[in-house]
Amino acid sequence: MKKIALLGMPNTGKSTLFNRMTGAAARVGNWPGITVELLSGKILLGGDMAEIIDLPGIYDLHGFSDDEQVVRHFLRDNVPDLALVVLNATQIERQLSLLLQLKQLNLNMVVLLNMADEAKKYGITVDTRLMTEALGIPIFLLSAKYGTGYNEAMQAATRALRYTTPGLAENLRDQLRQDVQIETEMARVLQHSVQVPARLPDNLTNQLDRLMLHPWLGLPIFFGIMYLLFQAIFFFGQPLQTGVNGLFGWLREAAIVPLVAFLPAMLQGLLLDGVYNGVATVAAFVPLIVLFFLFMAIVEDTGYLSRAAFLMDVLMAKMGLDGRSFVMLLMGFGCNVPALMGTRVMRSRPLRLLSMLVVPFSLCSARLQVFVFITAALFSPEAAPLVLFSLYLFSFASAILTALLFKRYFPNSEPFLLELPPYRFPTLRQMVLRGWHEVQHFLRRATKFIVAGVVLVWLLTHLPPSAAPASADTLAGMIGAWLHPLFEPVGITSELTIALIFGFVAKEIVIGSLAVIYGLGGEALSGALAQQLDWVQAYSFMLFTLIYTPCLSTVATLRSESKNAGFMLFTIAWSLALAWVTSLVFYQTARMLGY
Amino acid sequence: MKTVQPHPTEKLSSLHPGEIAIIVSIHAEEPLHQRLLAMGFRTGKKIELIRRARFSGPLQVRIGTTDILLRKAEAEKISVHRP
Repeated sequence: MKKIALLGMPNTGKSTLFNRMTGAAARVGNWPGITVELLSGKILLGGDMAEIIDLPGIYDLHGFSDDEQVVRHFLRDNVPDLALVVLNATQIERQLSLLLQLKQLNLNMVVLLNMADEAKKYGITVDTRLMTEALGIPIFLLSAKYGTGYNEAMQAATRALRYTTPGLAENLRDQLRQDVQIETEMARVLQHSVQVPARLPDNLTNQLDRLMLHPWLGLPIFFGIMYLLFQAIFFFGQPLQTGVNGLFGWLREAAIVPLVAFLPAMLQGLLLDGVYNGVATVAAFVPLIVLFFLFMAIVEDTGYLSRAAFLMDVLMAKMGLDGRSFVMLLMGFGCNVPALMGTRVMRSRPLRLLSMLVVPFSLCSARLQVFVFITAALFSPEAAPLVLFSLYLFSFASAILTALLFKRYFPNSEPFLLELPPYRFPTLRQMVLRGWHEVQHFLRRATKFIVAGVVLVWLLTHLPPSAAPASADTLAGMIGAWLHPLFEPVGITSELTIALIFGFVAKEIVIGSLAVIYGLGGEALSGALAQQLDWVQAYSFMLFTLIYTPCLSTVATLRSESKNAGFMLFTIAWSLALAWVTSLVFYQTARMLGY
Repeated sequence: MKTVQPHPTEKLSSLHPGEIAIIVSIHAEEPLHQRLLAMGFRTGKKIELIRRARFSGPLQVRIGTTDILLRKAEAEKISVHRP
């Protein structure tokens, strides 16, 4: 099958074109020579199937960034039959440099000048006939978003596929000429074929930016937008998640329980409460991820994410992060999993890893449920809001402390140069495809890991078979007893330690596990907790719950997004250590003060 | 790097919002230099400072049809002169 590589700079609408070509049929996959996964899709072109591969956007074929190396290595080991080079027509003056670099590789190429609609608005005219002559490469105007010029572009690609690309040299960098020559060549090509008005008309983007990036109003507007997004994810996500849980609960009773009824009780438990609950845990994240990326698509594709970076950069730069990390941290207060996936917008790997290290400290909605329950049980209605607020402060403080401590081990590998694209509104199709791709990614990479983890915790809390579930006689109980010397100084009882082991799977089940451990539910459980614990112990337990590993899904996402098990283990170890020290300091200080 | 300087040069970071200048030279390490070139920072190009973020935050500049954010530290490596 013939291979077509999509190449171009970031912010050229390359992915929009890819989505238009492949629709929902795209899959992520591995390629020789590179470690990152790339989206690709098979489509019918002129009677033959061809595979389209979406390469990461790059500024420069010479460059030193991770993405630039990925593209070089991909081209070396997987010479495409055709390179579709996507350039932003409004920025043709500077983007031509990448095309001229690619031209030196003797690739079989077709050039698409995308965002032709925007170029027209700016008053930029491109004579594609003259440019085709000057370069000797077929060039077409296109609007990938609206589809104008799409058919002509596909016909050109079909024609070009009849010829093949000669092989590439071993070392691509050697083949590249000096920049000076490229500059002269750029001037020659642009001279006759492109006209750009000397001064751009004052457009909507400029007017909007005067408000959105206003010296005084910019930040309040930013926090307002973040608050709305956060509320929207909560508002729509909560019922959807409840719905998915309800559906899986119904399916369990209606179909799965009768199906496994003939099995021994132990095996039934393993299948129902281990494997099936694991699958249900994974499924419960699906609506959240779709929602999150619908909103992310808006924030990112409208160009607002770069504006957020502008507004928040001063503060975040001190922590070794940038404004985009801050957006992900805030999104993490809804759910850590999609927020971790969202860090992919940051192309510098160290910056991304540092962001992924801090995001799990965001007090997500699942942890909030635990805190609301315990706060209601142990604190007066007057004190409760303050207690919750203080936990949010601890959440931020943990993130800031972590970033400050570790920033020097994650030095940013890319210069902070961000494009500020004009405001654009993504089409519904773009938003839905984004959500669909992300869900696929999550399911493919995290399902096995999460199910295995849920099964493991089930085994720990149910073995040996003679012991009552989640009691002191189970493996979990033994671990709890074994860890007792460690948890006693922070005021966490052995019952609560078992709950923390459950909490490793998901914070949603902590209260449920306490109900199993105490053999009590609802009001009775609140009463029992209030009797057994004082407020200092309860607060210490909440601090620990807040800071230690958020949930198995987060761990699975950390692993799949960093592609590094060592990094995943490090984040677990660090969060456990920080949780323990924080709880210890709090508990011992409070006791010393006589509480 | 020695360049012929017909006008007094200053750093890009010293421009005020709304001011337009010409890029005279770029003194950046290799990776930053490459990226600046690809973003359109080339000697002789017109550059406009659009705005600055509060508290010495990043700068928004415009070269041709591209708007770019860069930090003050990077902007100090670019020399410009006001026409």
